[in-house]
Amino acid sequence: MNSREKILTAVKMNQPAMQQLPDEEAIAVIQYEDKLAQFTTVLKTIGGNVVPINCIDEIVDFVKNNFSDSQNYVTTLSELDGIAMLDEKLDAHFLENIEVAVVKALFGVAENGSVWLTDAEVKIRALPFICQHLAVVLQKNDFVNNMQEAYKITGKSDYNFGVFIAGPSKTADIEQSLVLGAHGPKTMTVFVLDN
Amino acid sequence: MNVGLFIPCYVNQFYPQVAIATLELLEKFNCKVGYPLKQTCCGQPMANSGYEKLAQSCNELFTDNFAEYDYVVCPSGSCTLHIKDHLHSSKNETASTSIQHKVYELTEFLVDVLKVENIEASFPYRVGVHQSCHGQRGLHTSQMTELVAAPYSKGDFLLQKVKGLELIALDRMDECCGFGGTFCVVEESVSVKMGKDRVTDHEKHNVQVITGGDMSCLMHLEGILKRKKSNITVKHIAEILNSEL
Amino acid sequence: MSSINAKHPELAEAFNKDEARVDWHDETLWWIRQKRDKAAWTIPEWEVLRETASAIKNNVLSNMHEYLVEFEAKARANGIIVHWAADGKEHNEIIHAILQENKVSQIVKSKSMLTEECGLNEYLAKNEIDVVDTDLGERIVQLANEHPSHIVLPCIHWKKEEIGELFHQHLNTPKGNADPQFLTNAARIHLREKFLTRRIAITGVNFAVAETGEFVVCTNEGNADMGAHLADVHIACMGIEKIIPQRKHLGIFLRLLARSATGQPITTYSSHFQKPNAGQVMHIVLVDNGRTVQLGREDFRNSLKCIRCAACFNTCPVYRRSGGHSYHTAIAGPIGAILAPNLDMKKYADLPFASTLCGSCSNVCPVKIDIHNQLYKWRQEITEEGYSPKTKTVAMKVMAAILSKPAVFNFAGKAGRWVMKYLPFVVNNKLNPWYKQRDMPAPPKQSFTEWYKKNRK
Repeated sequence: MNSREKILTAVKMNQPAMQQLPDEEAIAVIQYEDKLAQFTTVLKTIGGNVVPINCIDEIVDFVKNNFSDSQNYVTTLSELDGIAMLDEKLDAHFLENIEVAVVKALFGVAENGSVWLTDAEVKIRALPFICQHLAVVLQKNDFVNNMQEAYKITGKSDYNFGVFIAGPSKTADIEQSLVLGAHGPKTMTVFVLDN
Repeated sequence: MNVGLFIPCYVNQFYPQVAIATLELLEKFNCKVGYPLKQTCCGQPMANSGYEKLAQSCNELFTDNFAEYDYVVCPSGSCTLHIKDHLHSSKNETASTSIQHKVYELTEFLVDVLKVENIEASFPYRVGVHQSCHGQRGLHTSQMTELVAAPYSKGDFLLQKVKGLELIALDRMDECCGFGGTFCVVEESVSVKMGKDRVTDHEKHNVQVITGGDMSCLMHLEGILKRKKSNITVKHIAEILNSEL
Repeated sequence: MSSINAKHPELAEAFNKDEARVDWHDETLWWIRQKRDKAAWTIPEWEVLRETASAIKNNVLSNMHEYLVEFEAKARANGIIVHWAADGKEHNEIIHAILQENKVSQIVKSKSMLTEECGLNEYLAKNEIDVVDTDLGERIVQLANEHPSHIVLPCIHWKKEEIGELFHQHLNTPKGNADPQFLTNAARIHLREKFLTRRIAITGVNFAVAETGEFVVCTNEGNADMGAHLADVHIACMGIEKIIPQRKHLGIFLRLLARSATGQPITTYSSHFQKPNAGQVMHIVLVDNGRTVQLGREDFRNSLKCIRCAACFNTCPVYRRSGGHSYHTAIAGPIGAILAPNLDMKKYADLPFASTLCGSCSNVCPVKIDIHNQLYKWRQEITEEGYSPKTKTVAMKVMAAILSKPAVFNFAGKAGRWVMKYLPFVVNNKLNPWYKQRDMPAPPKQSFTEWYKKNRK
């Protein structure tokens, strides 16, 4: 018997009598009167930044005014004139010097300040992790209250890779002092587009 | 109401005043209290040490002693919980099961069964309450801080009725004192450190008397207090509730 | 430090020699417990969430066979190569074989307590493979040649000055610099070089979804992703109990995990790996290592519901005052004390006794594992199996003999009071462990039974 057989046989023999799954739909889950406001509050406490915009071009000015290495800005959004498009054929290792990456996110989650995006949005999986500063673009109406609502959306999608990102990379491993910018981006900006 | 008085073994031998206070308090509330003279111990010291089987003779003796009563009341959360969870008689299973349903710790008996409204007692001191773990988390005599749930405390409810008594808030409301039965000697260094930290919390808030529902916790804290020659004393809640006006 | 067979009481005693340090360790972890409380109170449905998560995990335990088979099929269809390891040794060998196949001798690894449990780093080192742990806390203990003392906060027992000195020695940071921001930045630069140059990355698995064949890795630093997305080969290591039925259940678990662990609403990154990247190979190693045995233990199988949040560590008054290394096992704390005896009852017989059974752990556990009840039950099991010291058995038998006979009990009490009154030195001495740091209770004139007979009969 190989290990697979050994393990599965042991599991089958040892597992207890069936206990049914609960109905998680029955839970009265937290709702926020103003999802964007809650999202903004939470994201700020975890080190991120929310910037409301009316027009997508405002991003270009914001990035140029707030970050310093304009040679190395990149975006996956063709609508953004003024920031170089990401070359999707690049080896991820060459993204090491990306100062700012601007990508689209699919929605934000009010209860925890996270945004969901997949490899379809970032093109190169390493991009939102390896860049020094990350910026994402969301529509004003693309917010859900909580994670259970979030999975109602992602549950239907067939991504290869997806990630909830909540603020800049961080650690508190050194005597519980919070430091932003552990291995991933040092800052995160969420542009919220009010169309 | 026929109440059987169940006195923890170490209270019987070393803190008889707590048992006397419990008896007098129950009688003040018109309980007919019997005290089986042949009682010894609930068996918890052996059971918690891994020797559950050795406690069986204690179980039989306990069942014999207390079968006849309507209620069994004990001034100890941990002993009460042990009986509730583990009492089992091979000679008289019906009786032991019945006891499991009618055994009460003192404060829960006063609040839930007797529904006491007034306490005629006076204790004009700054009092810090030690929430003994088994009473709190096992018998739900007070809300635990781990849960997202409304706070309550049966002991505090009663103490608030005592004249002159000032209930003092602590930094850590329900951290364990470190007694833990044989833990107090098997893991002596951690046990004492836990007790010292509890004492420091009370000292920091200028408590004069530490009280609680379990004399085991108080005995452990008292040992530390006396060693450092502290002015803080310990008193079981029964003694406070039974104090003279 | 102490001998390889040192047990929790001795190790805890050594830990307690430096009282100020114990206070610092205790206060830090209590602060994290408080952050957890604060986060829990922001969610009115918190207790319902715990109950739901517990029920989902109960279902997982009862249907694990189906879920594992389903996961394997879906993962394979996604292009993930699935391996099965009966024990830690096989897990290590499988990983080694993948490295050899790829002719790689330098790898990066993000946090996986499973790999700690299997002793992967030591095994690979013996086979001349260089492993760099990329979680900052893990890297710190790795540089110090230690094991993590906490499953979420690996170097919680290290002060920043000590980390500064360690980095000065290994990373050439300036001597005396203990600034967390500066040191973290130094680690960022040091580890970025590893991410960019190493071709194989090992990660752990927080959750594996049977319905979709995907797995989720949660980090704050982004190191799992930096490793995985820059590597040619991504190897994920998973205990079989990490399986969950459906993707939507992540909505429950991800609401509980970070709040329970650190008081954050969610970890910075919750990465869902469903298919390998183009040009990349993805492996997953499913590990038993005693889990199927634990699954068969009616009293202890609920310990397999654990999602490794460490809330039980942070709340445990004993853990906070003895430190993770006192448990001499990969997974310490209350959950460790109910998992380890299953692996080696003799070696870990001391752990279930490193507790006062206060019950705090069970009540912070996001999946409602009845930890304190299992600690009690392990004590019975360990004693039954004969792993209790002979002296203890003798003492317990004497106690049982006294306590089962009222006349003997009353006499023993009277004798004890007499000795304490007239020959106090018999108990007030170094041989009495109680007396080391506590005074004995004052002996009363009579027992309650004696008083009752005189005054009430």
